[in-house]
Amino acid sequence: MGDCLQVRDLSVRFGTNTVLAHLSFTVPAGSALAIIGPNGAGKTVLFRALIGATPYEGSVHWAERTRIGYVPQKLDIERDLPITGDDLVRAKAAVTGATAQEAAKALELARVEKDVSRWPIGALSGGQFQRLLVATALVGRPTVLLLDEPTAGVDEPGQERLNQTIDRLRTELGLTVLLISHDLSVVYRYASRVLCLARSEVCIGPPKEVLTPAILQELYGAPVSYHVHDEH
Amino acid sequence: MTSIDVGALVLFLATGVAAGLVGCFALMRRMTLAADALSHVALPGIGLAIVLRINPLLGGVAMLLLGALLVWGLERKTRIATETVIGVVFSTALAAGSMLTSGEQLIEALFGGAGRTSAIEVAVGLAVAACVVTFLLRERHRLVLAIVSPDIARTSGIDVSRLDLRFLLVFGLTIALGLRYLGVLLTGSLAIIPAATAKRLAGNLHAMLLVAVTVAVVTAGVGSSIAAVLHREPGPIVVLCAAACFFASLLVPRRV
Repeated sequence: MGDCLQVRDLSVRFGTNTVLAHLSFTVPAGSALAIIGPNGAGKTVLFRALIGATPYEGSVHWAERTRIGYVPQKLDIERDLPITGDDLVRAKAAVTGATAQEAAKALELARVEKDVSRWPIGALSGGQFQRLLVATALVGRPTVLLLDEPTAGVDEPGQERLNQTIDRLRTELGLTVLLISHDLSVVYRYASRVLCLARSEVCIGPPKEVLTPAILQELYGAPVSYHVHDEH
Repeated sequence: MTSIDVGALVLFLATGVAAGLVGCFALMRRMTLAADALSHVALPGIGLAIVLRINPLLGGVAMLLLGALLVWGLERKTRIATETVIGVVFSTALAAGSMLTSGEQLIEALFGGAGRTSAIEVAVGLAVAACVVTFLLRERHRLVLAIVSPDIARTSGIDVSRLDLRFLLVFGLTIALGLRYLGVLLTGSLAIIPAATAKRLAGNLHAMLLVAVTVAVVTAGVGSSIAAVLHREPGPIVVLCAAACFFASLLVPRRV
């Protein structure tokens, strides 16, 4: 399989502030790329450049017929906003030309319970809402999932279940996954490659090879410890 | 009631349908401040039209569409700056407009009136209301995605900036529809108060749209009738009826 995404010499500037500088990497189709880095490293800005939401220099080339499912970072939703999970998924289906059956299937794949999708989205728990966002991303038969800290604001057992769901979806649906995460254990366990970011590229490669204590020290400016799960 | 009065009432009710729908999306987009301020920009247009001896509504519509373009341009910058500039620019518009109009004309421009409506005005108004309603019902799914997350909307193939512009122009047109009856100060409330009532009562999008339209149409109809009986201008009474619905909705326990 070829590359799903080719990024060459990507830079993003906000006024005189350079947020990303000369970033180049590729993402093979069907792989899982984790993007890690300290706060302010430009991870979300990278995602927004990849989807064309922010101006950039350099080139971003998605493979032909790429369809992106996007799970944004924690959204600021009013608690009493009268939009339900069903409204959201139905809206995505209508816009992408998906059928009602496909929308229902997406809810099922992301393990969103039926009564939960009838609630206003502002009333959902962190885990329920993130699952709904994953379901919404799955509507319209995406070939790539972009997930920006999908487990932020989710309790620990919920995080584990959500990470497993994302990994299962990647395998079952043959998706390419780009995942921003702060949890190095998750990166080690679920990502085939990792991109370490601190405004410019610090490293890219399989986690076992590139996540060395020296690289992590360079990336975060302090020693970092994490659990390595050997079963993967 | 003469046939012209019936036409005016039908147009006002159609305005209620458009305002109820557009208000829901404006409220969910958290642009109630911009919505209210935008209506003020019609005043200098009305004033200029009076000076130039053309139909005041045409001046109001032209300025509203310009105002919509201005809000769109500002919304592409940061939100805080938008609110600040809106506060400055639109208050200035209100001040400039009040310099161009005076006396009864100013009061009618500010609070609306029950003046006679020509058959052409009714026909054009109904056509505009139909366009607004059609746009909102057709684009509701795109608007919902953009409200929840512009980035989800973008990756779903939506040109968010263009959708914003179209929505603001439609909002401007809806405000223009209400100008004759509610004036530049009150017309925004026919969009916002029914939507705020519906937001409290509804549990999903379609229920919100339905409740908002019902509240807007019923308050427009009931308010106009009370105004006719009391020989008062309809604008303030319609807004008071809508406000009564909102305060009554506060008595209903919250859903979440």
